[in-house]
Amino acid sequence: MKGTHLGEFEELVLLTVASLVNNAYSVAVCDDLSRHADRTVKLGVVHAVLNRLEEKGLVKSELGEATATRGGKRKRFYVVTGAGKASLVRSKEIRDQLWQKIPNLALNRIG
Amino acid sequence: MKKTPTPPKWATAFLTAYCRPQLLEDLQGDLNEYFQRNLQSKGAFLAKLIYVLDVLKFFRPYTIRKPRLTIQNRNFMIGTYIKTSSRVIARNKLFSGINIFGMAVSLSVGLLVIAYISDLLSYDSKLQNKDRIYRVVSGFHPDGNPMEMKLASTSWKAGLLIQQQAPGIESMVILRNWFRGDAQIKESKIPVAGIYAGEGFFDVFSFPLLKGVASSALKQPHSLVLTETTAKKLFGNADPMGKLVKFDTVNYTVTGVLKDIPKFSHIHFELLASLSSLDVNAPATSDGAYMDWTNFFSNYVYVLLKKNTDPAAFAAALEKISAKENASLTLDHKVFLSPQPLNKIAYGHSMGNEIGEVINPAEVYILGGLAIVILLSACFNYTNLSIARSLRRSREVGIRKVVGAKRIQVMGQFIVESVLIALISLVIAFFIFLFLRSQFLGFHEDIARRFSLELSSGPVLGFIALAFFVGIVAGLLPALFYSKINAVTVLKDASSLKVFRHLTLRKVLVVIQYTFSLAFIAGTVIGYHQYKGMLRFDLGFKTENVLNIDMQGNKDEAFAKQLAAVPGVKMVSKSLLVTSLGSMTGGWMHYHGDSSKVDMNHVDENYLPLHEYRFLAGRNLLHQTKEAPNSEVIVNQELINRFNIGHRDPNKAIGEILTWNDHKLTIAGVLQDFHYGTLESRINPTGILYLADPGTYVNVKLAPLNQAATLTAIETLWKQLDAVHPLQAKFYDDQIAFAYSQFSVFLKVVGFFAFLAICISSLGLFGMVMYTMEKRVKEISIRRVLGAEQGGLIFLLSKGFLFLLVISAAIALPLTWLFFQRVVLRDVAYHQPVNPADLFIGLFFVGGIAFVMIGWQTLKVVSANPATVLKNE
Repeated sequence: MKGTHLGEFEELVLLTVASLVNNAYSVAVCDDLSRHADRTVKLGVVHAVLNRLEEKGLVKSELGEATATRGGKRKRFYVVTGAGKASLVRSKEIRDQLWQKIPNLALNRIG
Repeated sequence: MKKTPTPPKWATAFLTAYCRPQLLEDLQGDLNEYFQRNLQSKGAFLAKLIYVLDVLKFFRPYTIRKPRLTIQNRNFMIGTYIKTSSRVIARNKLFSGINIFGMAVSLSVGLLVIAYISDLLSYDSKLQNKDRIYRVVSGFHPDGNPMEMKLASTSWKAGLLIQQQAPGIESMVILRNWFRGDAQIKESKIPVAGIYAGEGFFDVFSFPLLKGVASSALKQPHSLVLTETTAKKLFGNADPMGKLVKFDTVNYTVTGVLKDIPKFSHIHFELLASLSSLDVNAPATSDGAYMDWTNFFSNYVYVLLKKNTDPAAFAAALEKISAKENASLTLDHKVFLSPQPLNKIAYGHSMGNEIGEVINPAEVYILGGLAIVILLSACFNYTNLSIARSLRRSREVGIRKVVGAKRIQVMGQFIVESVLIALISLVIAFFIFLFLRSQFLGFHEDIARRFSLELSSGPVLGFIALAFFVGIVAGLLPALFYSKINAVTVLKDASSLKVFRHLTLRKVLVVIQYTFSLAFIAGTVIGYHQYKGMLRFDLGFKTENVLNIDMQGNKDEAFAKQLAAVPGVKMVSKSLLVTSLGSMTGGWMHYHGDSSKVDMNHVDENYLPLHEYRFLAGRNLLHQTKEAPNSEVIVNQELINRFNIGHRDPNKAIGEILTWNDHKLTIAGVLQDFHYGTLESRINPTGILYLADPGTYVNVKLAPLNQAATLTAIETLWKQLDAVHPLQAKFYDDQIAFAYSQFSVFLKVVGFFAFLAICISSLGLFGMVMYTMEKRVKEISIRRVLGAEQGGLIFLLSKGFLFLLVISAAIALPLTWLFFQRVVLRDVAYHQPVNPADLFIGLFFVGGIAFVMIGWQTLKVVSANPATVLKNE
């Protein structure tokens, strides 16, 4: 297994997968991310990241139903695994801790 | 209903081809979904474009199928071998560097030879029915000499007899060379050269005709078939068919246009003239009448055998024809016909009177031999260095064996490693090859004319095969060595490994490498001195500042007078041929019932003084008018000796009478022996006659200063004389240099190989020294602690290697000397003695390089602080 460190984009994708619950397949993730992150997200990149997350064991996937728009091809739905959840929680904790360490004064003084 | 657009099929196919099956369905679905979406928002064209781009973008490492290696043989785990080998190569930079460089250099030479041989094999290979085409060649016995001499040509009559009498012949063609002249079209004159060809030409040779009818193009007298280039040269873009071309006074009609003859063909011509243009009843020339059985100097007969004809039966038929025709002739007039297959013509033993290029097999053997030596040298480096670093690697092998590796697996590992290095080298070698090719083709115009060294699938496969072969050869010994290692002993104590048993082998390899290097370099130095000696050789006359102008059939009388008036011209003479370049003419001279072959030149009265020939007795030829018959001759000392005239005393020979072609000739003068032929041939009896007819050459002696202006003046004069043909004027010294240019090419090639051999063996030695020093660092430090002197240590460390050099020199130098004395120079009648100093120049040079390398490394080891070294241990 490769390192379990989460990159920024990986974290975003993982969060999106978690938020989409039962409808997390590549195109949906891509659309959702584009909407929330306010940047154009390429399908190829999302695909690669999902693939990497699966290799790391943070998500797992299975094939779902086929639709006409997909030319009769099935979707691959992703679900966050226990390890995925743990690493999401871990990275949120790190952020929270860092946020708490910043005195209010210090932030206010910037900009 | 309008058809709904679908994604481009080829893009989908590409995706299916590269994508891993487990990812494919999902990916395809996503792309389809996007396609549908874009179809509505952006239109069909953009949707398709985006689809294609996406398919290309998904071509990523994680989506691509892994090439599945299905080799499941447990004895040969190719995947692991490659993985560990690439790690080993990456880790040992010095080892890999030396080997890759050495192999790349030697492989590039190998590539050159492969390209060369591939060119050889492509000669005449494009012709249809090439296996069934044979040339009929002649053997004869000049002057009744029992040694048969082969000529590529044969008689016209033989061709006709074969057609009538030999069974199993599909078609036959007679060619005759020397169709050349100035093609006159309206006002313009353009010189062209071609051959006469019989009407069967296109039946035998499948050279494609662009225009005209193959069966009839060469049937009528005075028909011409031009090549595409010639047609362009003569008529520009106009259609040449049916046009008239005038040669002298005869009109020829163009009846066909040929596609240009490929470069790799043994026949080349600008045009074909129908053989029927020749008048077979014309009066006999010096070779005899056209239809004589013994006139076999200018005609070539090619036959196409029927599919089921046995070549041996054809040969027998030829023998029968010869026997019948020869029945009433004496040995010196007999002609023996034999067949020569087409594929042996361009590459085979050269005969006299060849119609085109012939590549001497010796060239191929020499080049191939040198390449093999260089390749072996690189392999030796690999072997030596692999074994030299055994201390490091034997432990690895030990562990492999403990874990359960079989002997064959260890061998496989080492072979794969060396093959991998060879393949990496091949990539570099390819670029070196591209450079070498341009150099090699530039060596001599002959090479560029006969070879292109282009790459096609054949040579490229050859390259890869060569790399594999070299890799296997290089890795074989190390593989055997390592696979024999006993795991237990090695793991217990690595130093107990019996490397020293292999020390002899390594020494032998180093000695072989250096022997070749030294022999090459000594050969180059000796050859260079011989070559320079040939150019400087005292021919018996002076050639400096003499310009020889080929008159190309023009009248020389007035031209010579004009030349003499040009400032900067000291003297002008005329001659039939330029001697010392290899061309010769002659005949039989008789003296008191004795007769001998005599070389002959025809010159005017200025020729001998101009070239400063040295008279032993008598005087120069006197000026004669054209009509006066020759009555006087000047001979050389050798002729007097040959006939024993006046007991070999030149003064007594003056006034003696010789007979030449039924003419009585009085000896007017005797010249000191001079070189009529090249230095390779002995000086023959030679005579010089007065040149009554216009000469073929005008010899001009120039003043040494301001020659450029004089040459321009001569060129202007020439243009007034002949506007069609460009001036062909060459300095005598340059002509001599050209006559020996094969030596210079040979020298360049050998010199180049010498350079490569030295580079490779020096690199190998360098690596060996480094590894040896590495092993002995501890020993040296202890010695130093105990008080050894630096100088003594350097001697101790380097004496082993220097000893090897001395052995190599002891083998190489005498052998080179003998080789030159017994083989090379034996055929050169007049040569410089081999200077022993030449042998040692190379030794000095190679020894110097080796010494610097050894000294540098030993000094590095010796001057390290022994305390640090011992502390680290």
